[in-house]
Amino acid sequence: MNDFIFFINNGLIAGLIIGSIYALGAVGVTLVFGILRFAHFAHGDIMTMGAFFSLIIAYLLQAAGFHSIFALVFIGMFPAMVITALIAIGFDRVFYKPLREAGARPIVLVMASLGVTLMLQGVIRLFGGVSARNMFIDRPKEIFQFHVPGAHRPIVLTEPEVILFIFTAVTVVALHYFLTRTRLGKAMRAVSDNPDLARITGINTEHVVWATWIIGGALACAAGTLLSMDVALKPDLSWNILLPIFAATIVGGIGQPYGAIAGGFLVGLCESLSVFNWAILLRPIKPLLWFDIPSSLAIVPTQYKLMVPFVILIIVLIYRPTGIFKGRVL
Amino acid sequence: MSLLSVTNLHAGYGQMTILKGVDMALDAGEIGVIVGPNGAGKSTMLKAIFGMLTISEGSISFDGADVTGIRPEKLAGHKIAFVPQEANVFASLTVQENLEMGAYSRRDAYDGIIDNVYELFPDLKNKRRQPAGELSGGQRQMVAFGRALMIEPKLILLDEPTAGLSPLFMSVIFDRVIAINRTGVTVAMVEQNAKQALAIAHKGFVLANGQNSYTGTGSELLANPDVARSFLGG
Repeated sequence: MNDFIFFINNGLIAGLIIGSIYALGAVGVTLVFGILRFAHFAHGDIMTMGAFFSLIIAYLLQAAGFHSIFALVFIGMFPAMVITALIAIGFDRVFYKPLREAGARPIVLVMASLGVTLMLQGVIRLFGGVSARNMFIDRPKEIFQFHVPGAHRPIVLTEPEVILFIFTAVTVVALHYFLTRTRLGKAMRAVSDNPDLARITGINTEHVVWATWIIGGALACAAGTLLSMDVALKPDLSWNILLPIFAATIVGGIGQPYGAIAGGFLVGLCESLSVFNWAILLRPIKPLLWFDIPSSLAIVPTQYKLMVPFVILIIVLIYRPTGIFKGRVL
Repeated sequence: MSLLSVTNLHAGYGQMTILKGVDMALDAGEIGVIVGPNGAGKSTMLKAIFGMLTISEGSISFDGADVTGIRPEKLAGHKIAFVPQEANVFASLTVQENLEMGAYSRRDAYDGIIDNVYELFPDLKNKRRQPAGELSGGQRQMVAFGRALMIEPKLILLDEPTAGLSPLFMSVIFDRVIAINRTGVTVAMVEQNAKQALAIAHKGFVLANGQNSYTGTGSELLANPDVARSFLGG
């Protein structure tokens, strides 16, 4: 039973956690992909930047003598989301919009976003240094333990993980409501579906572009902050997260927000279940087996974890390029 | 004065000029049909009116205002609607949502207008929660019309509305065009099925090689032996 709890903690829950992060990031990427028609590589660094804003605001709150049962960095996350959203719109206005209006091909926009990535990497290191930072500046994070009868190992959930699950659930519901019940949300779906017809119909594409960056930027900030709360804030957060997020986006179908969420969880769970040492689950039935179980039955060694989204991406691109939810093939 | 007045229009795609000095005038409440061989510039004409390509010379005036080269987004404000030939619905949105998007530029309540559209196209009412991409070609065309009607346009531009449809649906579409026209909407329609189209037209414009070839009322053109020989299959 203990081994099963270990599986739940380190296989299932770990997969859902990283899956939630990927889902939140992938929604932004897929919206930009679908509406602005390019792969936004700077998304990972916007996540890092957003996390830094959350931390800075947390420090400001602390200096102002603010107290709360919630972690200061979590409270700081919300204004940070607004700031990140505005900066995302700013980047679009300065870097991407002029290229769009000059009729640049999508690959040129991708290169521009790579440039933004490098710029952000430098700026973040310039102001934030290169070391890892703990986001819980006021008090250590809470750890919740759930004891299951029959096992003395508890199911463990940390405070940032609980916040992340709740935040992701709320985001999914809110996003669904926004896309299916509001005028602007439907307009976003329309522009993603057929941008030429959207212009002819009289839909204000400017508003739709803003909404895309606001949602993408805000969710990127949240994903970056929540991930850093769970681990630590490092300036190179983006490198390891960009590939899985793009894999999640493409698996779900480009331009399909629900696909991005499903894709995020799929990639996250595949990752954590691939590096999980399945030998541990076989331990209870060891006496029944006539052969020796090797000490490590992980499908992929932990250091090669990044291989998993890569393989998923290759498989999807070969066998089902439109993704689960049949998105666009760009 | 004409509602729509196109004078000496030279227009095309980038450097390529397709229309070389075309004139067209439609009075309010008329159905105007543009016919001609492939490549004559029929669709180009509609796209030029709707500001979708380069106009090098000439002018377009609508309801007294100069709309030459105006950006497509602004034309809903002038009460001009355009139904393109292809990709003319939001396939992933439901029929109802397509209509709602048609009304995007409106600031007022438009439930009454949606009801009118469903009255004009009763088939759509049953399918209003279905994604438009799942409907048949003829029904999709109706959604495209309905979407255009949501701004209560004074002028509606239709680019080959019966293209690819069965003969039965063709009659239905032409019938609906007449019905729309009876509510006071001026129609400018490009059509490949010249005979049936000219039969319902108040004015007909035959284009060839980017220029006016014959102009007259629908019945005049149908009776004209030259027109009949060239475009109407005798």
